[in-house]
Amino acid sequence: MSQFTDEARLGISGRVVAGCLDQGRPALVGYLPVGYPSVDGSIEAVRAITEGDEGRGVDLVEIGIPYSDPLMDGTVIQHATTKARARGVHTRDAFKAVEAVAATSATPMVMTYWNLVEAYGPDAFARDLAAAGGAGVITPDLPPDDCPEWLEATDAHGLDRVFLIAPSSTEERIALTMGTCRGWVYASSVMGVTGARAATSDAAPVIVKRAREVDPCLPIGIGLGVSNGEQAAEIGSFADLVIVGSALLKCLDTDGADMPGDLARIRRLAGDLAAGVDRARG
Amino acid sequence: MTVPDSTGHFGRFGGRFVPEALQAALTELDEAFTEAQADPEYRAELARLQRDYSGRPTPITVAENFSKECGNARILLKREDLNHTGAHKINNVLGQALLTKRMGKTRVIAETGAGQHGVATATAAALLGLECRVYMGEVDTQRQALNVARMQLLGAEVYAVAAGSRTLKDAMNEAMRDWVTTVDDTHYLIGTVGGPHPFPVLVRELQRVISTEARQQMLDDHGALPDYVAACVGGGSNAIGMFYDFIPDQSVKLYGFEAAGDGVETGRHAATIVAGSAGVLHGARTYVLQDEEGQTIESHSISAGLDYPGVGPEHAWLADTGRAVYEGVTDAEAMEAFRMLTRTEGIIPAIESAHAVAGARRLGLRIAEEDPSARPTILVSLSGRGDKDVATAFEYFGLPGEPDRTVGGME
Repeated sequence: MSQFTDEARLGISGRVVAGCLDQGRPALVGYLPVGYPSVDGSIEAVRAITEGDEGRGVDLVEIGIPYSDPLMDGTVIQHATTKARARGVHTRDAFKAVEAVAATSATPMVMTYWNLVEAYGPDAFARDLAAAGGAGVITPDLPPDDCPEWLEATDAHGLDRVFLIAPSSTEERIALTMGTCRGWVYASSVMGVTGARAATSDAAPVIVKRAREVDPCLPIGIGLGVSNGEQAAEIGSFADLVIVGSALLKCLDTDGADMPGDLARIRRLAGDLAAGVDRARG
Repeated sequence: MTVPDSTGHFGRFGGRFVPEALQAALTELDEAFTEAQADPEYRAELARLQRDYSGRPTPITVAENFSKECGNARILLKREDLNHTGAHKINNVLGQALLTKRMGKTRVIAETGAGQHGVATATAAALLGLECRVYMGEVDTQRQALNVARMQLLGAEVYAVAAGSRTLKDAMNEAMRDWVTTVDDTHYLIGTVGGPHPFPVLVRELQRVISTEARQQMLDDHGALPDYVAACVGGGSNAIGMFYDFIPDQSVKLYGFEAAGDGVETGRHAATIVAGSAGVLHGARTYVLQDEEGQTIESHSISAGLDYPGVGPEHAWLADTGRAVYEGVTDAEAMEAFRMLTRTEGIIPAIESAHAVAGARRLGLRIAEEDPSARPTILVSLSGRGDKDVATAFEYFGLPGEPDRTVGGME
């Protein structure tokens, strides 16, 4: 059994992670924005990453909602979300993608900049996400110590809430953030924005170790810069969740012109990543 | 109640809605600024630069001729246009550049719309030996090539931002992205009273010199406080600087004038407080131009310096509490005031400042109608000079650009 046994803190998604760890491997998380290359295309893509090319894909899907001012995203995600917005994607389309993932064996979550939730209404957002089968929300720009409404809404609707820590976070801040999270905590492996990188960061094991010391009872995910099975295996040797975003999105770079080809590529990458996490602790 | 509180809240506005990676840097900045404010050496160095480099104190000019166009009001101009680099922007930049050195950092980055804040930042970087990169929306680099060249002459790198709508708000996003990556040696020298805490309070304290001087000048040279204080509001740095020391003076009414562009009813404007709604943008909760789903809407104004879809959170708070009143001024009203002030006073205002001038005139005329016996004094923040806007004015007024007559030629 993994050390993660406090069901109240694990919520829905943390229990999925604990289940993976009980099988001797970390959980794999795939991020894709809804609406790119189209709403239907993005739904096909999220389904594809849950299946991979040999029936094994991601355990959790992070569905991003395109936003006009994505200050934590690198160019790959920016370009896709700018196109998705130009094509008329709406906040509620994320719930359609959530429903599609909920119908697979994977667990859906949403990643969104805070203003979109504020405009929707935090309680209404939590209610509609829960109704669609979503497990929770990752909020990259919401300070955990300044969001009483969100804590209330996620409690009321039984949703997980995942906040971020970074290499620059103090111990106090890590403790505060992890104490406010339900499910798991998202650790940025680098000081920077989203995007695949050639080498994984030296800072990744350090932030995981620091977070583990502060709070051993909450799973820790590593995101930013993981792009292939090899890196997934490396990161998965110490992190409880391995998060991949831009690298998956790059598989869709024909912008819908060759959807079958793009889907085949994204399935292969999801399969490669799944194999990577399988051997992470072997 | 003093605002902001220790976590940067002005009532329901403000805060620090940024990625966690920046939280530590913002806390460091908050502490460094608090220490600097209490350090006589920092204050003396800043005061010396304000006096010997920037040219402070700036005077108050009585606009006798222009006042005749403003009902029974007497219009006074606080001349921030006479600062080095031509606007109030330098007040903030000198303070933050000194702070950068104090924190042991060697590089500054900045966002800029028309280029005024970028030029001011590049100026301070040149003076204090800091590396400097300015992010500017690609659309703006094309509209303001002269300012790109000025920044480059001053030794700064200029990066055009081709993401999103390719304007000021995207330049801010890109500066934040740079900062997340380079925060160890880099200070983000933000140009307005917006952004995450502590920027709104930090920039306010640096711009506050405008009202500290003006209030004393009014008492010393004009015998009384003004009845009204007027300033233009984009992000709101000159306005907060102009308002701040007058806030406790309940007899002084504060008016902020936002850019109403083609008219608020057309949707093509930058009147964030007048026509926006509460939301979170660029790290703070404030009034934002946004659609019903929370996506930022592009702003429009003839004045690049006011063309921003957000506003400093303290203005949002002053509007909510009713201490300050905000109204829109259209492009057409601002340009009329631009021409009128130029012709009557021999002062070419920045188009931004022309919004405040137009607003002051509207106030004067309104008061004359409502209370013909009143003789109000209106103090206007003339935040910048209009040299940079000559090309815009040229186009707007359809000037032919021909000499009136050629003389001295040979037959």
